[in-house]
Amino acid sequence: MFKITKKMTLAQSIKLIEVLAPQLASKAQPGQFIILRIDENGERIPLTLADCDGQEGTITLIYQEVGRTTLELGRLESGDYILDLVGPLGKPSEIERYGTVVCVGGGVGVAPIYPITRALANAENNIISVIGARSNKHLILAEEMQRVSEKLHIATDDGSLGHKGFVTDILQQIVDSGVQIDLVVAIGPLVMMKAVSELTRPYNIKTVVSLNPIMVDGTGMCGACRVAVGQETKFACVDGPEFDGHQVNWSVAETRARMFADEEQLAMKGCYSGGDCHCQK
Amino acid sequence: MSEVKVKKEKVSRQHMPVQDAQERKKNFNEVATGYSEDQALLEASRCLDCKKPLCVDGCPVDVDIPAFVKLITQREYQKAIDKIKEKNNLPAICGRVCPQESQCEKLCILGKKAEPVAIGRLERFVADWDLEKGQYRAEKALESGKRVAIVGSGPSGLTAAADLAKLGHQVTVMEALHIPGGVLVYGIPEFRLPKSIVQHEIRNIQEIGVEIACNTVVGKINTVDELLNNGYDAAFIGTGAGLPYFMDIPGENLNGVYSANEFLTRVNLMKAYRFPEYLTPIRIGKRVAVIGAGNVAMDSARTPLRLGAEESYIVYRRSEKEMPARLEEIEHAREEGVQFKLLTSPVEIIGDENGWVKGMICQQYELGEPDDSGRRRPIPIKGSEYELEVDTVIMAIGQGPNPLVPQTTPDLRINSHGNIVAEDATGQTSKAGVFAGGDIVTGAATVIQAMGAGKKAARAIHEYLTNG
Repeated sequence: MFKITKKMTLAQSIKLIEVLAPQLASKAQPGQFIILRIDENGERIPLTLADCDGQEGTITLIYQEVGRTTLELGRLESGDYILDLVGPLGKPSEIERYGTVVCVGGGVGVAPIYPITRALANAENNIISVIGARSNKHLILAEEMQRVSEKLHIATDDGSLGHKGFVTDILQQIVDSGVQIDLVVAIGPLVMMKAVSELTRPYNIKTVVSLNPIMVDGTGMCGACRVAVGQETKFACVDGPEFDGHQVNWSVAETRARMFADEEQLAMKGCYSGGDCHCQK
Repeated sequence: MSEVKVKKEKVSRQHMPVQDAQERKKNFNEVATGYSEDQALLEASRCLDCKKPLCVDGCPVDVDIPAFVKLITQREYQKAIDKIKEKNNLPAICGRVCPQESQCEKLCILGKKAEPVAIGRLERFVADWDLEKGQYRAEKALESGKRVAIVGSGPSGLTAAADLAKLGHQVTVMEALHIPGGVLVYGIPEFRLPKSIVQHEIRNIQEIGVEIACNTVVGKINTVDELLNNGYDAAFIGTGAGLPYFMDIPGENLNGVYSANEFLTRVNLMKAYRFPEYLTPIRIGKRVAVIGAGNVAMDSARTPLRLGAEESYIVYRRSEKEMPARLEEIEHAREEGVQFKLLTSPVEIIGDENGWVKGMICQQYELGEPDDSGRRRPIPIKGSEYELEVDTVIMAIGQGPNPLVPQTTPDLRINSHGNIVAEDATGQTSKAGVFAGGDIVTGAATVIQAMGAGKKAARAIHEYLTNG
């Protein structure tokens, strides 16, 4: 059992929890993820780590309530427990001194990009960050990102904060400005990571994305998380989650992300119909 | 009155009672329901109690078979189970999933003329009796003060753990998943090995002092070196064959294509067959093709019928004779309606406009000369391609070794397949104090072979801890 020590709402339907897991907190590195299962009937879901505190022995998870499990997770409060938590899983981000790095985060994807950005800043890179969301109500971690970036750009779909439009509009401006970019790291919805990768491809700018496909065990055992990268099939849980965005087959990734769309709907129905699920309590 | 010598009535091998095929293919209850006491007594009476019992030679963990069978004839069930447990820590599991026909029963003298004693069924009978009525007496050895880390809670790890605990060592088993048992819980279906049985056997092992730490991925949260530097005196690696193979044919990443591991893990470990009560989904279409013909393939083909599929095919590129699954599993699959497309292999999986499987291009094969494995080599027949209409494809063509421990243990020697190199008799690896056994060493094999390896390693670890 893993105790939730802190809980807060960051933005509309985006929540943060800190969970006591001392060994995990001391081991985890930027870019890695965990898998959790809330209770006996729960499914195993992967969440990329948003932060960890080795001193306090806690890890930070930031998630958007998009399905049954994240909704149930959203109903847990400080002092409640999560039944199972395992990690750190996946390979850590490759942190080195690249030069100028553009970190692009979209939606809840700003959460996992924050510790990577911080680590890249600590490795003496010049950081330009671009974060985006549907509106200012959906934007998270802007202050934190500001602290670890030389320059922070914000884009919102509705223009309620920063540039009205997409993060890729800003990325294009940065590229056009003639700044030498040594690396782009992009985490967000598939469609955003795909757009970023397509944007940087003609300029040959190395682009790293972090994939979050459907997983079960997270240790390479089941192969549910397979992604097509270049000519190969990779398992995101052990070979990733980070991959070269120019090599990822995005249509396979998008199709596979929809594999259980109908079942997810069904599970949500169970959630709202006042059944026996815990989220109604 | 003169003594009349009663000639022992000739008893034939007792059949295992099973749920009716039409009935059982609609449920996940255990297929084989187990001997009644009368059947067990009759079956046990068939044993000749040979002076030099060959059956024992066929047992990877050296169970004293004639002794426990004799105790059954005397209705001494507690003593019979104690006798088995001297060597075997998981009897209720072995009685169900061991391939006895190619081990102990294969060597039974009775088998030369008629049918061998049903050793496995008798083992199951006493093990089940034990689960219900037995009184487990934990043997307490003098504490050695030594600590052993066991990586993986599958059959080899549990066996090594139990043996080492009995010898007085302090044992911690580290398991990546949220419940222990490895392939026994994620792989083998409920209808062949009820999970309550596995839990019970594991509880017995915990009762003799073995600690189990779930949600612990060695190679991630810690390394083997860290374990050895932080208080463990030795380590056993039994991480299994946890990396599914795919065929590398077009269409394998379509929706509706699963590895057998994923499919079985969703259904068995995560109880997707009870979705949405349990939240892990599984999607089974109407027509399912399983590629491969081992035990995992049979499990993968029988499960969809229970989930409502109309057709379930085994697609295998060799012939019936070469199928690696146990005969009993093949028969059960056939009775339940699994269809066999033999000398057939897929060359491509075809998707619909939404990225879902809608068919599979199959090619037919004929058998040529024997290959390295001694089996006749399948040769594709040109122009024999045809489309099989399916909406789910399950790849059950084997698993490779899980790389997490080898990758993070630099001085651990591995072979070209990624298996850990370990001595056969001891499990000793290239690294001092580190032993390995089971599928991570041999490649995918059976539960009992893994248990045998765990047993040998436990002996060797005890020797290492005692005499250095």
